[in-house]
Amino acid sequence: MDLNFTPEEEAFRHEVRDFLRHNLSEELATKVRNGRDLNKTDLETWHATLNSRGWLAPGWPVEHGGTDWDSVRMHIFEEECARANAPRTVPFGLSMLGPVLIKFGTEEQKATILPRILSGEDWWCQGYSEPGAGSDLASLKTRAIRDGDDYIINGQKTWTTLGQFANKIFCLVRTSTEGKRQEGISFILVDLDTPGIEMRPIKLIEGGFEVNEVFFTDVRVPVANMVGEENMGWTIAKYLLGHERTNIAGVGASSEALSQLKSLARKVKRKGKPLAQDPIFAAKIAEVEIDLEAMRMTNLRMLSGVADAQGSVSSMLKIKGTVIRQAINDLARRALGATAAPFPSEDVIGNYAIAPAEAASNAANYFNNRKLSIFGGSNEIQRNIIAKETFGA
Amino acid sequence: MDFTPTEDRRMIGDSLRRYLAEQYPIEHRNKVAYDDPFHDPAKWAELAELGILGALVSEDDGGFGGAGFDITTVFEEMGRAICAEPMLGNLMALRLYAAHGEAGRIETIIAGAEKATFGFDESDTYGDLDSITTSASGDTLTGRKTVVYGGHCADHILVAAKSTAGKLGLYEVAAADAEILPYAMIDGAGAAEVILDKTKSRCLSEDARDAIELALDAGRVALCAEAVGAMDVLKVMTKDYLMQRQQFGRPIALFQALQHRLVDFSIEIEQARSITIYAASKLDADPKARALAVAQAKNLIGRAGKLVAEEAVQMHGGIGMTWEYSGSHYAKRLIMIDHQLGDTEDQLRTAMALSDLAGAA
Ligand SMILES: Cc1cc2nc3c(=O)[nH]c(=O)nc-3n(C[C@H](O)[C@H](O)[C@H](O)COP(=O)(O)OP(=O)(O)OC[C@H]3O[C@@H](n4cnc5c(N)ncnc54)[C@H](O)[C@@H]3O)c2cc1C
Repeated sequence: MDLNFTPEEEAFRHEVRDFLRHNLSEELATKVRNGRDLNKTDLETWHATLNSRGWLAPGWPVEHGGTDWDSVRMHIFEEECARANAPRTVPFGLSMLGPVLIKFGTEEQKATILPRILSGEDWWCQGYSEPGAGSDLASLKTRAIRDGDDYIINGQKTWTTLGQFANKIFCLVRTSTEGKRQEGISFILVDLDTPGIEMRPIKLIEGGFEVNEVFFTDVRVPVANMVGEENMGWTIAKYLLGHERTNIAGVGASSEALSQLKSLARKVKRKGKPLAQDPIFAAKIAEVEIDLEAMRMTNLRMLSGVADAQGSVSSMLKIKGTVIRQAINDLARRALGATAAPFPSEDVIGNYAIAPAEAASNAANYFNNRKLSIFGGSNEIQRNIIAKETFGA
Repeated sequence: MDFTPTEDRRMIGDSLRRYLAEQYPIEHRNKVAYDDPFHDPAKWAELAELGILGALVSEDDGGFGGAGFDITTVFEEMGRAICAEPMLGNLMALRLYAAHGEAGRIETIIAGAEKATFGFDESDTYGDLDSITTSASGDTLTGRKTVVYGGHCADHILVAAKSTAGKLGLYEVAAADAEILPYAMIDGAGAAEVILDKTKSRCLSEDARDAIELALDAGRVALCAEAVGAMDVLKVMTKDYLMQRQQFGRPIALFQALQHRLVDFSIEIEQARSITIYAASKLDADPKARALAVAQAKNLIGRAGKLVAEEAVQMHGGIGMTWEYSGSHYAKRLIMIDHQLGDTEDQLRTAMALSDLAGAA
């Protein structure tokens, strides 16, 4: 066993760090550090920056514009990006649709769609969930009925993240009501400009807008937009769940959040002394740091592939990773005491300067990040997966 | 021992509950709580008419209540409706006016003709009264009070400031004489920054430390009761949702993993109610016993409130994350109550300092 990074890996880390230093603007990094909402331009700019270096879709094969990085390099890359306060890339095209097309797409789909994801011409969003189909995704009802060379889609998707920025959506739709529910689902690509589609924003608990409802009324989609065979959608969705494990634990992002928490604890006070010197609060920080340190190792162990846990590895990383992140968010709002309370409007952050600028959104971010244990398969569903594997039933 | 509320308190509680259910439903609450003026002035006047403010003040001082149980009766109902009216600030101001024989002010506040609040925190104090730097000079005050609850709509602000004698004094400032920066809080309702720059003030006391501690403890008991009311409602909402929401062909309430979690937080709500009653009973006890009981209560409330808020959101799934769903506002209120007048850890520090743990073996 050797837990050190090799000289080549260290050199790689420096290369990434160097790139970030020269290409990530201070303005954008500050926005990320301060937990402010990123707009479409912010995200597009960052995608373009990474794309110009060939690092936008590191998980893709080289021939499609990806890299040949192994999982350790992927981990280092994630860690460095988080440390530099780079925006997280938008996963729907890069980590979801891309890998699906590479595995299941036709040559034509790969040739036309993948480059447009990289170039930013297309912004994809994910249309899986429905009002009645969340954890029980297989109960989805949005219907696609074949009509000549088209499918006609009727139904509703919801919780569509950043749909307001997107021009395309990939959907799971019901193409058959016979047999097992899972066997009547297909994976289809839809242009959001198609007549019959309406998108409505959903306001979240902290007041932000990042999710949407999408309504489909007689929406005509060419048969050529189906990925894989008809009724193969569930297989594709399951493939996706097992894919892209590298980032699921969010170790890099949590490490950066922890280091910000520590700076904040040195800055704010209790009883006239820095909060960092208060044994009660310091103990809480130390505890979460212990968990994160272990998580870092767990993540690397899993990535290196020697761990004996198999299918449920990503479930474990998802649960622990989100719980740790939420614990850090929790402490970051607590550190502010009464000054966490103001609604982080422009006035409050900019002019009133009640809490330190980099911490003014801490309570909002705490509330927003409650989503981490709900989406991407809730933590209860992840426990069910591990339990099923453990008990074999 | 008798845990049943007196007839008078039951009536106040019932009429307030009925009034808020009819006049302050969550849709109305959310409409007024997040936008200027961050409450509903007409409803405030009606609450005063109902006698709610009088219930917070003792008979000797011009009201008809004023004991710990009167405060919890009112605030539990405020919590059930997560009412955005500036009751907390006025409660603390009323206690402070009462401690200084200010019958005139008390009368106008009880009548709903004027509002007041209490400003003590500053950007660098984090609840520590000893770190206050706002100071009196002649008949003026200079300094900045931060996150003053109800400061957005108060006519007068009672300010804790260093007196010329170096003690913690209490001064009254007319809002019109100060610079007030109003804003909504993240869970709704208003607060303000109060900026004092040689601002005209009236001294109530050059040494008001004890009265201030008592007013803050009354505020803490109020917040505990508010949390109990909010937790009760959120629990019922969560239970109803689990029974109604279908996934995998059955109500998700049938999943034992979720049942146990609801049960666990229900137990904490009972504990929270009990310790709130306990603290309310000690509000008029000697200062040390009072301070310990209140710190214990608010510590437990902080922990229970966080558990209930987080679990309720989680068990609702995506719906619990939305602004439109009223449960999310209850969850926010429960979390943010912990940020007011000292959080779980602050209370723990107090409880540790006052406990009989320290001492010879
Ligand atoms: C901010 C946000 C962004 C999202 N983005 C997207 C997106 O871009 N695209 C998309 O398709 N979806 C998205 N989702 C949807 C997300 O995947 C669902 O919210 C999630 O699958 C849970 O479904 P639900 O909300 O319907 O909750 P439900 O399935 O109704 O679950 C409610 C509660 O019951 C629990 N539960 C359910 N079944 C069981 C069981 N068998 N055993 C124990 N507990 C159980 C759940 O864990 C949860 O706590 C997003 C959600 C959020 C909150």
